[in-house]
Amino acid sequence: MSAPTATRPLVEMRDMNVSFGGVHAVENVTIDLYPGEIHALVGGNGAGKSTLIKTLSGAQRPDSGQIWVNGEHVVIHSPIDAKNHGIETIYQTLALADNIDAPGNMFLGRELRTRFGNLDDSAMEAATRDIMARLNPKFENLKAPVASLSGGQRQSVAIARAVHFNARIMIMDEPTAALGPAETEQVRQLIRQLKDDGLGIILISHDIHDVFDLADRISVMLQGRLVGTVNKDDVTMDDVLAMIIIGKRPGETTQSELDELRG
Amino acid sequence: MAVTEETKTGEAAALERDESPAAGLLASPWAVIKRGFRSLDLDTRLFGMIAGLLVIWVLFHFWSGGTFLTPRNLWNLTVQTSVVAIMATGMVMIIVSRNIDLSVGSMLGFIGMFMALLQAEWLPQYIGFDQWYTWIIVLAAGLVLGATLGLLQGAVIAYAAVPSFIVTLGGLLIWRGLAWVLASGRTIAPMDSAFQLLGGGARGSIGGTISWIIGVLACAAVVLLLASRRRTRLKFGFRVRPLWADIALTVFGCASVLGAVWFLNRYFMPEGLAMAYAEENGLEWPAGGLEIPFGIANPVLIAIGTAIVMTFIATRRRFGRYIFSIGGNPEAAALAGIKTRRTIVMTFMMMGILVGLAAGVQVARLNSATSGLGTLQELYVIAAAVIGGTSLAGGIGTIFGAVLGALVMQSLQSGMVLVGIETALQDVVVGVVLVVAVAVDVAYRRRQTT
Repeated sequence: MSAPTATRPLVEMRDMNVSFGGVHAVENVTIDLYPGEIHALVGGNGAGKSTLIKTLSGAQRPDSGQIWVNGEHVVIHSPIDAKNHGIETIYQTLALADNIDAPGNMFLGRELRTRFGNLDDSAMEAATRDIMARLNPKFENLKAPVASLSGGQRQSVAIARAVHFNARIMIMDEPTAALGPAETEQVRQLIRQLKDDGLGIILISHDIHDVFDLADRISVMLQGRLVGTVNKDDVTMDDVLAMIIIGKRPGETTQSELDELRG
Repeated sequence: MAVTEETKTGEAAALERDESPAAGLLASPWAVIKRGFRSLDLDTRLFGMIAGLLVIWVLFHFWSGGTFLTPRNLWNLTVQTSVVAIMATGMVMIIVSRNIDLSVGSMLGFIGMFMALLQAEWLPQYIGFDQWYTWIIVLAAGLVLGATLGLLQGAVIAYAAVPSFIVTLGGLLIWRGLAWVLASGRTIAPMDSAFQLLGGGARGSIGGTISWIIGVLACAAVVLLLASRRRTRLKFGFRVRPLWADIALTVFGCASVLGAVWFLNRYFMPEGLAMAYAEENGLEWPAGGLEIPFGIANPVLIAIGTAIVMTFIATRRRFGRYIFSIGGNPEAAALAGIKTRRTIVMTFMMMGILVGLAAGVQVARLNSATSGLGTLQELYVIAAAVIGGTSLAGGIGTIFGAVLGALVMQSLQSGMVLVGIETALQDVVVGVVLVVAVAVDVAYRRRQTT
C-alpha cells in the first residue's frame, strides 16, 4: 500500500490511547512513517491530531500504546527522549523564546559550552550562520531577538534547529499557518528538500492544498479515531474531505452523502 | 563555499558601515558624531539611565549648595545602596522568569534576626564571644537559611502551581511574624566584632592602597574581556566594532573605574579615627595631621562582587539562559527539554541566598537587629529592578540595570535628605519617579519594536 515499501518504517505508533478526564482524545490509533516520506495527518479541530503527535514528540504521555523507532520499541517520556531518538518537532506556535536571538533558540536546551561549562555563544552563532546559509541565505541579523523577525525567518529558525541536530523524523504542526504566500512557498520548498534528504516527515495541516501538494500518504482522524490511511495518488480531494467530515473512507460513502458534502 | 562567500560579503558590509569618523569628513560634523556613536554599539537604554543618574546628581549638587558630589556623600551613597543592590540582582532574575518575590523584606528581617541571635545569644553559649570564626559560621548559616526559605517558596510556586504573588505575599506575613517570634520583639545588639566589618565603617573598609589595587585589576579585566571578545569574534569572522571604538570603550571603562576609586579615596578619616589608626599601625603623627582614606567599604565590594557573579550567571551560564527562555516563552522552554519547574525553584533559592547575604550586611551595618528589620525593602528592591529596565512581563532585564536602578533610588533619597525635604514628600517623589521611569521605558521599547 505505502509508497516506499522495501525499507523498514522509521516510526510505528501502535494502538495509541490518550484521554483527558474520560474524553478519548486519541483512541486506538496506529500509524507509521517511512524514510523519505511525507505522511500528512489531517482532520477537523479536536480530531486528536496534535495530541497524537505530542505523544511522539514527548510533550504528552500516552495512556497506552507502543512507539517503535527503526524497529526498536522505545519509551518517550519527555521532549529530550524524543530528541535522543532523532525526533524533532516544529510546533504550530513555533515554540521560540521571543526575547532570545536565533542561535540561542536553535540551541535551546542543548547549548554548546566551553570547557569551563560556559555558554559558547560564538560557536553557536557560527553554527547558526552556516546552517542559515543553506536554508535561508537572506537571513542575516542573527543577533536580534526572534520577536523582531518575520514569520518565515522564525520558521526557518525552528527548522534549522531540527536540521542541525540531524533529525531523522520531523513532525511539523501547521508549518505554514502563520505565513504569507511567498513564505509558504519557501517553507514548502524546504520540506521537499528535507524529504529528498531521506527524512521522514509527519505533516499536520488544515490546508488541503498543502497536503495534496506535499504528502505521499494521508491519514485522517475524526473524534480521536483514525478513519483511515490512503495513498495520495489513489484519492481525490473530495474523498479526503469525505473522510474528514463524515468519517467514511472512499467507497463507503453513499451518493446522497457526497451530494450533501458538495452542498 | 556559500559560507565563506557569505562571510566575505558580511565583512565587506561591516567595513562599509564602520568607516572611521575621519573618513567621513565631508559629512556634517553632527552626522559624523552620530555615526561614530553608533559604531560604539552601546546599549542606548543603559546609556540613557547613566545620563539620568548624572542629571540627578548634578541637580542635587547645586540644590544642596555643593554637598552632594563630595567624596563623603558619594562614599555613603555607595554603602547605602549596597543592600538593595544585592537583592535587586536576584529580583531581576525572578521577574525575568515571570514571577515576583514580595517576601524579600520580611525574609531579610527573619534571617537578620536569626543571624543576630546566633552570634549574640546562641553561639556564645558554646564557643564564647568574639571568636575569629564566629562571623563565618553566622554568615554561612544565614545563607543556608536563605536558600532553604527560597527553596520552600520556589517549590510551592513551581510544583503546587500557586502564583508567586500569593506565595510570597504569604511569605511576607510569615517571615515577618517569625522574626518577631524569634526574639519576642526584642532588639538584639551588639554584633560580633568581626561580623560588624561586613557592614562597612572605618574598619570595615579596605583602605586606599587596596582600593587602588582593585581598581587596577578591574581595569585589566576590562581590557582582557574586550580583547578576548574581539579576538573570538574575528576568529569566527563576525562583525566587530572598529578598532578605535573598542579602544575608546576600553579607555572609557578604565577611566571610570579608576576615576571612581580616586574620588572615593578622597574621603578621609576624621582626625580622631585617623589618629587611632596611625597609632595602631605605628605611623608618625605629623603636625598637619594625616589624610588616611577609608577606601572602598566592604558592603560595596560585596555588592559589586555579587553583581559580577550574577551577570556571569545571567549571560554566560546555561541556568541564566534557561531563566530568560522561560520568561520569553515558558512552553517553548519546556518543549526544548528544559526542566522549567526545577529552574524556577533554583531561581527562588538564588534569591533566598542573596537575601541572606543582604541580611548579613544590613545587620552588620546597623550593629543590631529588630523585628522590623527590612520592612518595605521588597518594594525598593522591585522598584530598583524595574527602574533598571526589567520588564514585569518577563524575559527582559539586566543585572547592571538593576544596580543602576538601586543607585538612582538611593541617590534620590539621599539627595532629598540633604536638601531637607520631609519624609512624606520623599515617598511621593520616589513613587512618581518609579512610574515615570517605567512609562519612558515602555515608550522607548514600543518605538524600538515598530
